[in-house]
Order: sequence, then C-alpha cells, then structure tokens
Amino acid sequence: MHPAPSVIFFTTFSGLGFGLLVFLGIGLPPVTGVTAFAFFTLAYLAAVGGLTASTFHLGHPERALKAFTQWRSSWLSREAWCAVAALLLMAIYGAALVFWNTRLPILGYLGAALSLATVFTTSMIYTQLKTIPRWNSRATPAKFLAYALTGGALLAGQISLAIPALAALAVLQSIVWKQGDTALSRSGSTLASATGLGPIGQVRAFEPPHTGTNYLLREFVHVVGRKHAAKLRLIALILTSGLPIVLLLVPFSHFAAGLAVLSHILGVLTARWLFFAQAEHVVGLYYGKR
Amino acid sequence: MTSLPNSTQKKLGLVIDLDTCVGCHACVISCKGWNTENYGAPLSDQDAYGSDPSGTFLNRVHSFEVQPQTGAAQLIHFPKSCLHCDDAPCVTVCPTGASYKRSEDGIVLVNESDCIGCGLCAWACPYGARELDQAAGVMKKCTLCVDRIYNENLPEEDREPACVRTCPAGARHFGDFNDPNSHVSTLSRDRGGMDLMPEQGTAPVNKYLPPRPKDALPEIDVLAPFLTPVAETPKGFLGWLDKTLEKL
Amino acid sequence: MQQPVIDLSPHVSDEVRKTTCYMCACRCGINVHLKDGKVAYIEGNRDHPVNKGVLCAKGSAGIMQVNAPSRLRAPLKRVGPRGSGEFEEISWDEALKIATDWLAPIRKNNPEKLAFFTGRDQSQSFTSFWAQNFGTPNYAAHGGFCSVNMATAGIYTMGGAFWEFGQPDWDHTKLFMLFGVAEDHDSNPIKMGIGKIKARGARVIGVNPIRTGYNAVADDWVGITPGTDGLFILSMVHCLIKAGKVDLEYLAQFTNAPVLVNSDPDSDDFGLLLRDENGKELVIDRTTGQLARFDQPGVRPDLAATHRIGDIEHRPVFHLMADQYLSDDYAPEAVADRCGIPAPRIRAIAAELARVAFEEAFELDQPWTDFRGEKHQTMTGRPVSFHAMRGISAHANGFQTCRALHVLQILLGTVEVPGGFRFKPPYPKPATAHPKPHCKVTPDAPLDGPHLGFVHGPEDLVLRPDGSPARIDKAFTWENPMSAHGLMHMVISNAHAGDPYKIDTLFMYMANMSWNSSMNTRGVIDMLTDTDENGDYVIPRIIYSDAYSSEMVAYADLILPDTTYLERHDCISLLDRPICEADAAADAIRWPVIEPDRDVRGFQSVLCTLGAQLGLPGFINEDGSQKYKDYGDYIVNHIRKPGIGPLAGFRGDGSQSGRGEVNPDQLDRYIENGGFFVEHIPAEASYYKPWNAAYQDWAVNMGLFDSPQPYLFQLYCEPLRKFQRAAEGKGPHQPPDHLRDRIKSTMAPLPIWYETDQTGNDGFSIHALTQRPMAMYHSWGSQNAWLRQLHGHNPLYLPTKLMRENALQDGDWARVSSPHGSITVPVLEMAALNDNTVWTWNAIGKRKGAWALDENAPEATRGFLLNHLIHELLPPKGDGLRWANSDPITGQAAWFDLKVAIEKAPAPTQPGPLQSSPSFAALKSPVPAAPKDLAWKVGK
Ligand SMILES: Nc1nc2c(c(=O)[nH]1)N[C@H]1C(S)=C(S)[C@@H](COP(=O)(O)OP(=O)(O)OC[C@H]3O[C@@H](n4cnc5c(=O)[nH]c(N)nc54)[C@H](O)[C@@H]3O)O[C@H]1N2
Ligand SMILES: Nc1nc2c(c(=O)[nH]1)N[C@H]1C(S)=C(S)[C@@H](COP(=O)(O)OP(=O)(O)OC[C@H]3O[C@@H](n4cnc5c(=O)[nH]c(N)nc54)[C@H](O)[C@@H]3O)O[C@H]1N2
Ligand code: SF4
Ligand code: SF4
Ligand code: SF4
Ligand code: SF4
Ligand code: SF4
Ligand SMILES: [Mo]
Repeated sequence: MHPAPSVIFFTTFSGLGFGLLVFLGIGLPPVTGVTAFAFFTLAYLAAVGGLTASTFHLGHPERALKAFTQWRSSWLSREAWCAVAALLLMAIYGAALVFWNTRLPILGYLGAALSLATVFTTSMIYTQLKTIPRWNSRATPAKFLAYALTGGALLAGQISLAIPALAALAVLQSIVWKQGDTALSRSGSTLASATGLGPIGQVRAFEPPHTGTNYLLREFVHVVGRKHAAKLRLIALILTSGLPIVLLLVPFSHFAAGLAVLSHILGVLTARWLFFAQAEHVVGLYYGKR
Repeated sequence: MTSLPNSTQKKLGLVIDLDTCVGCHACVISCKGWNTENYGAPLSDQDAYGSDPSGTFLNRVHSFEVQPQTGAAQLIHFPKSCLHCDDAPCVTVCPTGASYKRSEDGIVLVNESDCIGCGLCAWACPYGARELDQAAGVMKKCTLCVDRIYNENLPEEDREPACVRTCPAGARHFGDFNDPNSHVSTLSRDRGGMDLMPEQGTAPVNKYLPPRPKDALPEIDVLAPFLTPVAETPKGFLGWLDKTLEKL
Repeated sequence: MQQPVIDLSPHVSDEVRKTTCYMCACRCGINVHLKDGKVAYIEGNRDHPVNKGVLCAKGSAGIMQVNAPSRLRAPLKRVGPRGSGEFEEISWDEALKIATDWLAPIRKNNPEKLAFFTGRDQSQSFTSFWAQNFGTPNYAAHGGFCSVNMATAGIYTMGGAFWEFGQPDWDHTKLFMLFGVAEDHDSNPIKMGIGKIKARGARVIGVNPIRTGYNAVADDWVGITPGTDGLFILSMVHCLIKAGKVDLEYLAQFTNAPVLVNSDPDSDDFGLLLRDENGKELVIDRTTGQLARFDQPGVRPDLAATHRIGDIEHRPVFHLMADQYLSDDYAPEAVADRCGIPAPRIRAIAAELARVAFEEAFELDQPWTDFRGEKHQTMTGRPVSFHAMRGISAHANGFQTCRALHVLQILLGTVEVPGGFRFKPPYPKPATAHPKPHCKVTPDAPLDGPHLGFVHGPEDLVLRPDGSPARIDKAFTWENPMSAHGLMHMVISNAHAGDPYKIDTLFMYMANMSWNSSMNTRGVIDMLTDTDENGDYVIPRIIYSDAYSSEMVAYADLILPDTTYLERHDCISLLDRPICEADAAADAIRWPVIEPDRDVRGFQSVLCTLGAQLGLPGFINEDGSQKYKDYGDYIVNHIRKPGIGPLAGFRGDGSQSGRGEVNPDQLDRYIENGGFFVEHIPAEASYYKPWNAAYQDWAVNMGLFDSPQPYLFQLYCEPLRKFQRAAEGKGPHQPPDHLRDRIKSTMAPLPIWYETDQTGNDGFSIHALTQRPMAMYHSWGSQNAWLRQLHGHNPLYLPTKLMRENALQDGDWARVSSPHGSITVPVLEMAALNDNTVWTWNAIGKRKGAWALDENAPEATRGFLLNHLIHELLPPKGDGLRWANSDPITGQAAWFDLKVAIEKAPAPTQPGPLQSSPSFAALKSPVPAAPKDLAWKVGK
C-alpha cells in the first residue's frame, strides 16, 4: 500500500491522542486545573490533528459529514461516531477537571471506553480488508490498541505501566510482523486464483494494461526492499520501545521523559510507515507486483 | 446505502471469454469514451500529453503468460472491470452510502454526489475495479453501463454495455445470471465459467470462461492415416496419378 | 434507506452522423454522436458491411484524434534550416502560389523532376490520376515498403491476394491457419472472424515467432524461425503431394496444373507454357487425348498426360510440381531444424489440413455454371482457410513464400470454395487484366498511362532507351522486376544520390519518412538535410501534407495542413481499395461531419485547386477554369470510363449500381444510407468466382470488368520463367550481368525457398521483429491522450533463453546492434516467443518535440525504433555495388530480415529520465504546447 503521510500521521497521532484520553478518563494521572489543561490539550491536539490529517486524503473533504451516515455497516462511519462521541464526552469531562477541578468518573470511564472504541474502529477499517491479508487479522486491532495504550501510558507519565507495556509492545509487534510476512501466502490469493489460470500452469504477469502508472498502482502497489524493511523494523523497535525503556529506566528527568516520548513517536511513525508500505494488496497480483 | 440487498431481482453481469479475447483494448477505450461523456464526472486524464500520463479507466486489459508443465508458454489477454459482486465488500465499507448495489439488477454503483473520495471502497475491492478520479475527486467504477442498458433513447439492440457492443472478437457477453436460460448463464455453464479469487468471498457475478486447451494437435509420425504416401518417388507418384485419374 | 433514483434514459446525443473511420485502413463504419455540434462519442455502425457495429480501440479513440493538440493549424513555410522545425504560418493563397511556382516549370520542362509519393493514401485512384495528369513517372503509394510481396504473389498466382482483397469464409471454415499476422488491415473483420469460428469450435493455427494477439488465441501455435515459412509450407506441400492429398479435380479444372510446359532444356522456349495462336494455354483433353484450349467447352484437362511436338517434350505443370516437391529436400526431417519446428509437428499440421479439407468436405446445395459451360449441381466446400500478411511478405524471400502458401491452398482445392479463402470484388482479377506500368514522359503533357501495374516479362520493364531506370525508385527494373507498388522506401536515398537522376521537388502526403516509415532513420534525416557544394539542399524542394505535427513536418519546406478525418470528404472507391465483402461489392465515403476550426483544407481538395492552377487537363474545363471545386465535387462528377466514376452506388437517377450517369445527389444518398453502399453478389455467383459464369456476368454489369475474364490459377508463374530465361541469356531483353545469377536463382516459376542474403550478418544471429499494437496506428496513436496510456513506451521483448544467456532481468537495458548500427533499450522477458527472436511494438518511439508531446514524454525517452538498425541497402559485399535490402523480385522492403546481437548495457545514467539511444535533438514544435489535464465532456 502507498504509505500516504496523511494516513500515517492520522493513525499515529489519533492513536496516541485517544490513548492518552483513555488514561485521562480513568484518572491516570489524576490531574486537574492547569496540568489537566496541558494534558487535555496534548491529547486533543494529537487526536483532532490526526483526524484532520485523515481528511487530507479525501477527494471531497467538504462532504466529510456524510461519513456519519453508514454506522450500521461501515467501520469508517463508526469510527467517525466514536471519535466525535469520545471527544465530546471527554471535552465535558476535561472541562470539569480543568475549570471545576471536578472529576466526573462515570463520564471519564465512558470517555475512556469510547476512546478505546475509536482506536478499535480505526483498526477495524484496516482489519476488515480481506484484500490486504497482512491487515486482515485479529492482530491488527490488538496492535492498534496496544500502541494506543502504550503511547497513552507514556504520555500520561505512567512509567511503571509504560515500561512493561513498551516491552510487551515490542514483542507483540515483532510477532505481528513475522506473522504478517506470510499473510499473503496464507490468504490463498495468488496470481493463479486471481486469474483462474492456475490449472493450465505457472502464471506470470506479462504486459500491464497500460505502460504508464495509474491510481491502482499508486495506491496499492508499493515495493519495499527486504533488507530495507528489516533495517526499518529494527529502527522502529528501538525507537518505539528500546530507547524509551532505557530513557525511562535512568533516573527520572523531564528531559529524558521528553526524549522517550519523542523517540516513541518517531518509532510509531516508522512502524506505521511499514504497516502501510509492507501491506500487500491482492490487486498487486494482477500487476505481477506486491 | 451501505447494506447489501439480500437478493436482487436480476443479476446482470458479463461473461468474458479468455479463449477469444485478443487483447485489442477496444473495450477499454469504448468504455472510456462512453463513460467520459455519460454517467457522472468525465474520466479524466492527468498530464495527458506529458511525461507521466495517467487517467481513470473502468476497464483494463492485462496479459498473463502461463507456462504449462509441458509444451510452449501461452499468453492470455485478460480484461478486467467491476465484477458486480454479490457480496461486494466495496459497498459495505463505504462510510457515506455512496456505494451501493442496486436491488433491481445487482449493479454496483457509486452515487457521486455522496462520495467523499475516501478511497476505502477501492481498498476493499480485490480486483482493482475502482479508481478515484483525480480531477473529480470521486470514486469511479464500471456502471455496467446502467445508462445504456435501459436507455429508451437508444435503439433496443444498443441497450447493452459499450464494451460488449464494441468487442470485435465477441469475447464479452452481457445478460442476467438469475435467468438460468440466458445466454450468459448457458455460456458459463457450458464452458466452465469461473470466479476470480473465490477465496475472497466476494461472490462475483461476472464470470470468466477459461481458455480451451492449447497446442493439443497430436504430433504424429510418418505413417499417419492422412499422410500415408501413395508413392515414394515422383515416378511412382505419377503412376498413382494416372490410376487415380482413371477413377475420377 | 432508499436507493438513489438515477436517470436510466439520459439524452445520448443531439444527432448521429454516419461516416467512415480513418484510424486505420480497415475503414469501418462509424456513428459519430454530436452534442452542441461537437463530437461526443463514436461507436461502430451496425449496418456497415465491414465492422457490423464493432469498433476497435483506435476507432473509439477518434474523438481524441480530432481534438489532438498536435493538429496543424495553417499552411507553413519553412523559415529555419530544414529539420529545425522553424516555420511561419502563411495563407492558403500564398501556399498554393508557392507550390504552383515550383511545380509549373517542372511540368513544362521535365515532369520527371517531380516525385509524388503518397504514403498510406486511401485515395490512390485520385492521387495517381493527378500524378498521371502532371506527367511524372514518379508516383507511387506505400505498398513497396508495406506488403507488395503479398499483393503481387497473390495476384500473379490466383488473381487476388490476402491483403485486403479477400477473406476466409468465416461462415464455413473449420480450420483457419494464420501466417505472420499481428493485426493487418482487416483489423476488425479478422477479430470478428476468429471470434465467430472459435465460438463454433473451429481450430485456429497461428504461425508466428511471437505468441500475442491472434496467435495467443490460436489453438495451436507454431513459433517458427523468421524467414523460413516458405520451407515449412513447401514441406507440407511435400507431405500432401506424397500422400496424394490434393484436390485433383480442382487442379485439373481451375488451375494451370494440367497446362503443358516446354520441358526441353535445350529449347529456346524451355519452361514456357504451350499456347495456341491466340495465346491460350493448352492442355490435353482426357476424353480425346488431344491438345485443347484450357477454356474449351467440355474439355477435361489431363493432369498426367505429356505431349511431344517434334522432339520437344511438353509436360503438364503438375509433373514438374511432383518432381520438385517430392524431393527429400522438402521432407519434414530436412527442414525441421531450419524452421525450428519438429518434423512430427509439420506432419501433424499437414495431416490436419488434409483431414479437414477432405474428410470434412461438404456440399452446398447451390447449382452453378462454370466458364466452360458445364453445370454443377452443388458447390463443394473444403473448410480450410489461410490468411497471411507481413510476417511472410516483409522478407527478401517473401514473394516466393507468399506464392508457396497460395500453391498450398490451391493444392487443397480451398480457394474460392465454401469454407476456404474467398475474394472480394473487384477481385478476382488476374495479373493480365491489370494495366502494365507506364513511364513515357512528355513535357507539358500527361504520362502515357498508369504508373503502376503488372509486368509479364522483360519487355514490360520500365526502362529508358539506354536501359537505365525510368523511375526515381527504380521500380520495374531488373533489380526488382515485379515491383507492382513502386518502392517508396528508395525514393529519398535515390533522389539524394541522384541515381538514376536528380529531382527537383519531392512532394509527399501522409508518410512519416523522417521517422518510423523509413529504414535507416538517421541516414534519411541526413539525406533530407544534406547540401551540395553551393550550400543548396541536395533534394531542392520538399512539399508535404500532414494533418499533425509529425516528425516529417520539420523536413519539408512547405506544409499543406490536412483536415482530420471527420472534417473532409473522402472516397473509398472500387477503383482502388474499396470495402467489399466476399458476398458483396461495397464502397463508402467520408464527409465533413464537423467543420474544421483551423485554417486547414482536405488534401485532395487542395490537389483539385493545384491541378487547375497548373493547368492539368483532368482538372480544368475547356475554358481553363477549375473543373472540380473540391474533392466532394470530384467524387461525384469525375468520370473514369463512360458510366463509371469513383463511387459505384446510387448512380444515374439513384437507382443504378456500378455503371450509370453522374448523379448530382450521390453524396446525399450515401449519407442517407449511412455513408456506404453495398451491392450483393447473387448466391449462384458467390463462390468459384474466377470460373463462375454468373459471377463474371455480374462483375461486368457492376463495371468491374468490361468483359468476362475467366482464368486459371497460376501454380506455375510464367512471367517469372520469362525473367529467368532472359537471365539465361535468351531473348532480346537482357539483364545486366551482375544480376543474372540472382534472377536465375530467385525467379523460379514454381515456388521455392531460398535463404535471404546474409552478407554482413556474421556475429548477428538473433532475429529482431516489430509488431503493430492493435490499439495504435503507426505513429499517430501517440498524440492520442487515451491510446498513449496503453502504449507509452516499448520494451524489447526477449525470450527466456536470451534473458538467461545475457544475465538480463526485466527492466534491465541492453545494447542491440546490427551490421548497420546500435541502440540501447530497456528489455522485458517473454516466454511465449521463438527462442532466437526479439521484438518490440512498432512506431511507439517518438522524436522529441513532435506530436505536441512533452519533450520528456516516455515515447521520446524510453521509447525507441528498430528502424535505426535496418538499412535500405545491404552491407557492402565487396563487389562495388550496394544491393537493396529488398525482395529481388518485387522490391518489397525486407524489414523482418534484420539480425542483431545483444549484450547487457548499464542503464543510461545521464540526468533526467532514462533515455534510450540513439536520441535526437528536439524539434521545435510548429503547434502550441498541449494542455496538462483533460476531462473531456462536451455535453452539459
Ligand atoms: N492497429 C494497427 N493496425 C494496423 C497498422 C497499425 O499500425 N496498427 N498498420 C497497418 C499496416 S500499414 C499494415 S502493412 C498492416 C500489417 O499488418 P501485419 O501483417 O499484421 O503486420 P505486423 O504488425 O508487422 O506483423 C507482422 C507479424 O509477422 C510476424 N513475423 C515476422 N516475421 C515472420 C516470419 O518470418 N514468419 C512468420 N510466420 N511470422 C513472422 C511478426 O511476429 C508479426 O506478428 O497492419 C495494418 N493495420
Ligand atoms: N521497424 C518497422 N518499420 C516499419 C514497419 C515495420 O513493420 N517495422 N512497417 C512499415 C509499413 S508496412 C508502413 S505502411 C509504414 C507506415 O509508416 P507511415 O505511413 O509513415 O505511417 P505513419 O507513421 O502513421 O505516418 C503517416 C503520416 O500521416 C499523417 N496523417 C495522419 N492522418 C492524416 C491525414 O488525415 N491527412 C494527412 N495528410 N496526413 C495524415 C501522420 O501524422 C503521419 O505523419 O511503416 C513502415 N515502417
Ligand atoms: S469487483 Fe470490486 S468494485 Fe466491483 S463489486 Fe466486486 S468488490 Fe466491488
Ligand atoms: S470513495 Fe466514495 S464510494 Fe468509496 S468508500 Fe469512500 S465515499 Fe464510499
Ligand atoms: S459495462 Fe460499461 S462501464 Fe462497465 S466496463 Fe463495460 S463499458 Fe465500461
Ligand atoms: S474488446 Fe474484446 S477482444 Fe478486445 S480486449 Fe476487450 S474483450 Fe478482449
Ligand atoms: S479497425 Fe479500428 S481504426 Fe481501423 S477503421 Fe476500423 S475502427 Fe477504425
Ligand atoms: Mo503497411
């Protein structure tokens, strides 16, 4: 898949933002007033910023509201509802904390749940796609949730939670990658099944339908070199989990914590880049490309 | 309209004959022509005369080489447009309801005025049958020429998809798969019409007829019945000729 | 939720205008849908005899041709040096004045100093009429570099050729064998036919080194080694004759197999046919055992009996054939390696031909009467049919190969019978019914007759009294005696060399000679721009008519911009290349369905004016005024012979076909009828046309001939023997000595196979071919925004074996060299390809600056031409002569004889896009830059 910056940005930051909102919703850290304001601002900047980024890749952003109509069947529509609901609820919850130093726990839990649900619906947009076997797996929501929660814990300053979470995330991500590498071959979709020509013999893509490029190739076919991918994975793991763990283990300083967060974000962006760039859409089979 | 109808009255679609498609791209261009002028936004082209031309097409013809266990490699031309799937994943993912499957005839369409151009339906389609038009910002796909097949401004015989009407080799057939006696149902039955990527669970309506066995002419030896020499030498041959002419 | 309500019956168009497509020479009928007076959509015309409603990609993309930014806008006068592309737009008055000022003195003094060559002209009966009136012998269209081998071999052998002039009996054939065709002129009919017979379960066999297109859908593919088809075919002939699987009845009645040949090597007339005093071929009648005219009523020609006159033995042609083809040299085992086809497979195909021809024979319940007056109750079908084109004809042994194929189908008795190959009117028409070539130049007067035609012996050659060539292209000379279409590919190099003489003005029409239609493109560019010691161009003046900003435009001094095909009148006439079917005579028109929005004029109309300004007799009235206002006027009012004009339909009061007075409303009647006219052939006349009395009468009525012309198929081609005989030193007309051996060895009267001249090919062993993409027409497709996305650049396809041997992978680059030059190009692997053949799509590569494309367009960067590797002359043999890279019999350009060597090359690394080589400096575009994006919708 084409690793579109808008989508990488969107999933990374909305994940982090909603992750942080989860923690804020359950009262971790128990902030109020100006501190709460700072935390909520951070969370909203990330979540709303991410959501806004996602509209950049729309052909008609001005019609975005129409995306709310199909919640019965469309995960994207559900995501829209969850996000708005979570943001609205958490806004009330946050306002109470900031302005009235009051924590409305029920609202907080509900908001946290909706925030989690938002991340889940986002992940389901990808998970539901049988066409992209690497994504079409229970691991995808697990991973999105894990990223959001880990990032949330980190941003929420829950170091004791964050350290094991970061480690677990690294393990989970590694497993998911490994599993993902064979997803296409396990999916049963091959050039033979795509063309129905398998019974005759070995099928190979010959001339493409057009010598030039097209929307499909731009959107769905992106080839990452194997060596390149392995290197990036390592970098992603180090940045997402390795470096932050080290930075969190050294005696606490705001600077180190800041660095840990920065490193984590860079790591998640790298992992997300890989998430898209390494995802192979079955349509690539028709073009002899993956 | 993101939910799929439980069933459709008709099940309109195409049968594409891989045994006769010569890969001429006639269907590609007539489709482009008709759909540029008709249903919805024109199919645009970017950098049309430039170094990196690219445009929206609703039908594209691939080609594949197949190497059998023994014998020469084969080349198969392979047109591909929307298969109007019964279980169309492109419809159910659509957040706006712009994508829908018509309950009358099963045609999968995009209502362009509702489409936000999110691209998700194209992601969901295994076949690459949807393309986001770069000028209009909306999703384009094969309409099965819904604006031809019922069009009372066209003579009756022209109420078929543009690509079917134009295909010089007669490799494209249009009809109702719900009618077991229709031309398309019969063809598909007789010739082993197949689904593309059945494992994707899309239940495509369009069927592909596999190429017939190739290079099947048996290699024969000197004394094949049809080539048994009447004589080995010119002289012998002329003798045979004399005798045979007597009998004529 | 509710489904949206959509308009299922939208307005389709304001008006449909029916005309004829021009995106190739197939000439399909089209319905042009107009909205607000603009072209909205083009589809096939269902009533049209050629395409019956279907349309190919090019035809459907016509709308993008009509709005192409590359269209020329006004007459152009060159202001920079030739080849720079610097022009000034001028008025038509000025353009016509320049042309007249250049041409009038030539006509007055030396008409041969004008060379008028017209490319892939669809109005040859008109342009040749103009040239004949001008008085120059130097006129031809493109046939010489296209497929003249196919045309002449067919016409000399059976009075008609595959090339446009015939078709398989798609309704009855059960085995269709196709040699060397990628697309051909009959684009849509062949596709329709293949679709039709495959639906019936008939077998298609494709003989082609490359398995794409038709060959990809063929049930059996024969990946033959290029240039060896003749051998393969004659090997099948060997098998069939040996097994007696030939149609003796058919051979005896309808061919010259029973005609007697002088078989005494010592006789002066050795090898000539025995004729009576009126020149009629003689046979032995089986009933009487006596000599008889072949067409004598009641005669039963004997295939076996010999005849002695004095001590001179005369043997029937069929004896000679048995002698020749039963030789073990033609046994499958003997040819298998050279052809790259295993011997058992050759046998298998021969056996299948025999099986289908004889076991699946059938009778049509249709009585008919033959030319000898004999009545037949039925027509016997032999459902085997063949078709072939440039794959066999564009080799220097192509004429004989095409003849071999015709002999094969005649032996099977499958020409002009149900299920076989059928002619389309005006064919069948034997070579003897065609004119002979004319060359007598008289200053200030027309030529003495048509330029092109068929020679029947050395006495018909087009030579000047001193024996030197009379034509600039050296057509009809000892070098290529039977060059019935001229040799357009030699015009520029001969004119440049002043050999046989210098010319003053080169006038060309729709031929991209400085690019894809020339061999040795770089050399041709140099010749066009070369100057003499005074600094004057060696070819002093060049006038050119094109509709678009092609590569050739830059090399002309005066450009006459043509309209596009929807903006003018045209005539697809029975006088040259009509749209007939085997069952019908048909012709068609084009008419201006839209008006040009530029200062352009139909070229033929321009010729009407120019002809009048030059005072050409055919173009002025008695008072000297212009005779034809424009081409439309000519089409209606021109009279070729009494009662016969360019169009056969709606003559006289509108009810007459073929012959009839001028009908002033003729064009309107055509337009009402959908742009065409069809006259069906009666059922009893529909097969056996060369010998069918009913057909012959019908053809006379239609004005195709003036009297019945029944004839025999020429298995043995006597004119060839006459040239051979001259080369043996017999007769008054003698070839130059250096050509004797070649004429003796190649011009054999029974088809032979010979290896083409391999001089200079040491180290170059790989065959390199081009194929036409179905969706592109030569160079024009690239200016079409839709089509160029299909074929925007062209890789060189290599077979798996050569990829491995050269350690190449898809996307790598290779240096491809020939004895003449080298190119560096991207490669792709193809498995379904002859092991020793590489190929690419034809004419995709473009010159930078042409066609209103961006200079970095892929066509101009990665795209390439194979033409840079092909020379119009063979490498020097050391005899001081340069031999043409042409068939020695017809002069057909031998495009496909090219042999190359291949080595891996680093991908080009200069900055900017990857660039194939050679690359040429950009031309300055005579048209403004094209728009970036398109979203073409004319309605609403
Ligand atoms: N779409 C389209 N149609 C066209 C044209 C076009 O440019 N585009 N051009 C028109 C013109 S001008 C012409 S002349 C015709 C030509 O029509 P074709 O005769 O079909 O010409 P080519 O495309 O040159 O194809 C030649 C074929 O011969 C094969 N071949 C080459 N050498 C040999 C050989 O030795 N033996 C055999 N058996 N095969 C061989 C090649 O692989 C190729 O498939 O097409 C006309 N129609
Ligand atoms: N390597 C290789 N080279 C080949 C061949 C091959 O097989 N291989 N094939 C050869 C053969 S068979 C042929 S026929 C030639 C074809 O070669 P050309 O006849 O040169 O074909 P085009 O490139 O189409 O050029 C025709 C010109 O006509 C112009 N034109 C188009 N429409 C109109 C119009 O309406 N009016 C006027 N006045 N001009 C118009 C175009 O702009 C173009 O400049 O190529 C030959 N060259
Ligand atoms: S082919 Fe693709 S676009 Fe068409 S219905 Fe099926 S999934 Fe949807
Ligand atoms: S691109 Fe349009 S049709 Fe496709 S899913 Fe998005 S809104 Fe629906
Ligand atoms: S049915 Fe119509 S829209 Fe669909 S591919 Fe054919 S021409 Fe295009
Ligand atoms: S028009 Fe017909 S033959 Fe040509 S590519 Fe399309 S399906 Fe194949
Ligand atoms: S074959 Fe195509 S380009 Fe040629 S005349 Fe017919 S429709 Fe036009
Ligand atoms: Mo040609």
